[in-house]
Amino acid sequence: MHAILEYYHELKKEKLRMVLTMLGVCWGMANIILMLSVGEGLYRELQRGLLSMGKDIVVVWPGQTSKAYAGFPVGRRIRFTTEDLNRIAGQVPLIEEISPEFIRWSETIKDNGHNMDTRITGVLPCWGEMRSMVPEAGGRFINEMDLKRKRRVIFIGNAVRDKFFGSGVNPVGRQIKVSDIPFTVIGVMKKKMQTNSYSGMDENRCSIPASTYSTMFNQKYPNNAVFRPVDRKRSEQAQDAFRKFLASRYKCDPGDDSIANFWDTIKSVETQGKILRGIQIFMGIIGGLTLIIAGIGVANIMYVTVKERTREIGIKMAVGARPVYIISQFVLEALLTVGIGGALGIALGKGMIAIVWALPIENEVMNFIGRPVYSPLLALISSTILTFIGLLTGVFPARKASMVDPVEALRYE
Amino acid sequence: MIVLENVGKQYDMGAIKVLALDGVSLEIGAGEMLAVLGPSGSGKSTLMNLLGCLDTPSSGSYRLDGELVSEMNRTQLAAVRNRKIGFVFQNFNLLGYATAQENVELPLIYARTPTVERRRRAIEMLELVGLGDRVKHRPAELSGGQRQRVAMARALANDPDIILADEPTGNLDSKSGEEIVALFENLHKRGKTLIVVTHDKNVAGHCKRVITLLDGRIDTDIRKGDSNRAAR
Ligand SMILES: Nc1ncnc2c1ncn2[C@@H]1O[C@H](COP(=O)(O)OP(=O)(O)O)[C@@H](O)[C@H]1O
Ligand SMILES: [Mg+2]
Repeated sequence: MHAILEYYHELKKEKLRMVLTMLGVCWGMANIILMLSVGEGLYRELQRGLLSMGKDIVVVWPGQTSKAYAGFPVGRRIRFTTEDLNRIAGQVPLIEEISPEFIRWSETIKDNGHNMDTRITGVLPCWGEMRSMVPEAGGRFINEMDLKRKRRVIFIGNAVRDKFFGSGVNPVGRQIKVSDIPFTVIGVMKKKMQTNSYSGMDENRCSIPASTYSTMFNQKYPNNAVFRPVDRKRSEQAQDAFRKFLASRYKCDPGDDSIANFWDTIKSVETQGKILRGIQIFMGIIGGLTLIIAGIGVANIMYVTVKERTREIGIKMAVGARPVYIISQFVLEALLTVGIGGALGIALGKGMIAIVWALPIENEVMNFIGRPVYSPLLALISSTILTFIGLLTGVFPARKASMVDPVEALRYE
Repeated sequence: MIVLENVGKQYDMGAIKVLALDGVSLEIGAGEMLAVLGPSGSGKSTLMNLLGCLDTPSSGSYRLDGELVSEMNRTQLAAVRNRKIGFVFQNFNLLGYATAQENVELPLIYARTPTVERRRRAIEMLELVGLGDRVKHRPAELSGGQRQRVAMARALANDPDIILADEPTGNLDSKSGEEIVALFENLHKRGKTLIVVTHDKNVAGHCKRVITLLDGRIDTDIRKGDSNRAAR
């Protein structure tokens, strides 16, 4: 309490100097917060971009054998059918749900004489949820009834809608022709930020029930399948179980890795997450450098302060202040300077973030790098760094103060 | 209570070594009122700093109430200064930004006296030195004599047994000086041990015992009403 009073005297006496020191810390703190928040925004946006292709899913393509087995030669194509996938769904508890994906790369869709070529996929209802195909308001994705009744219904990508019907148009309920067969539009995909894909972007594809697809096109084997493991941590085991099933069904070496090719998006997300965290830490370090420079400034000022206040230190020692007391006084002063500057810095940093959010920019770059995000964890991290710097800048000058020889100090002018 | 044995203090000034005190042996009993005289540079301040535990001797030993002060570390010395010694300086050494009361509270803070008791004690001490109406004044708003009385109040705050004063009236006019001397008399009557460095014959005249230093040695040590004059 007493020490805080003394700090107040010092503040009043050395206004300009203290304000400049605090500004330094403030700017350093704002910097580190801004850097970490931009890193966080980037992290979240890019992770979201990855997840827009689907959360916790594995994509699997047919492959071919790489080992001779049971009299079969190497290089035999191994493909799976819808029935195989159904059996896997029933027999492999590690797999929560699975959908085949049939693809026609270019089919003509028609509406009142105007037509366009687009990609048509045949899938199960669960595919939509797995692949984050969220419908715009008023529409829906394919459901179980559509599948069972082999209904001619179509869910279209938002880019297809924009080109075919015009942007902003809600085509739900409209009749169009796919390969000259009439279909009803049941939904349009809500625009999403997609940063990875296979077989093209989702905004350019149209989906119909797998059963309907099979009646129209003579395609026995799906191009690929998409499944979700029951537990993201056991994704590899689920993939093994999938492969083992195919190996026993088509008489392959159970250890043959190439009979199916998996894309584990769970792993991709994790890997990208690690890289992005690395970038964020790097940015934090750059921001931290400014704070460290500010900290050095505080330490310098503290040294000057100690020198100027030598006589005061001598007086205190003469009436019985123990060295520890002198140390804690100066450490406290450094902490207060850094603390006040830091608090202002947090406010400034948050203010700058708020300004970025308030800017009406909506373009590709912004979509890609995202907007800075300030989280409680970042607050904790930056405050910890700040306290650490405060202690560090206070301790050395304070130690020097406590080593002052009282007799010399009392003589000091 | 104060026992110095063959105490020396040497200052290292690079090539030159200054022997500020040279084999001083001295005993001062509780309740004594003692004046230290001597020409400038004879080592009076050096002796006072040692007695006041602001400094430690280069050789010899210093016992205070049986405790070997000459072997203590800085923290222990601080505690002794705080509890047992009140120091009054020629140039007052008050904190310029603090009020009279805050200055007097300083030693009480380091003695961890509770706030309420601390305030009460500080005001009591200021009243004792006749500054009961100046508690909220800062040093700059006080006369030299008043400042020295604040310093006296500060020296008395923790009720120490020993009061050390190094030329306390050196910067004061004669009237203010007399007020300070009157305070010393008063303290002496209350049984405090008083050691005063002075050039002022009037101040020395009040003391029952007078020591004279010369070149860092005790030249004379005279007790009044006692004619044996010990030259060393
Ligand atoms: N810190 C110091 N460094 C070097 N010499 C000192 C120091 N303090 C005192 N002295 C020397 O010691 C001697 C005694 O000084 P001091 O005790 O201040 O004398 P007095 O108070 O009697 O005038 C002087 O010669 C002085 O120059
Ligand atoms: Mg002197």
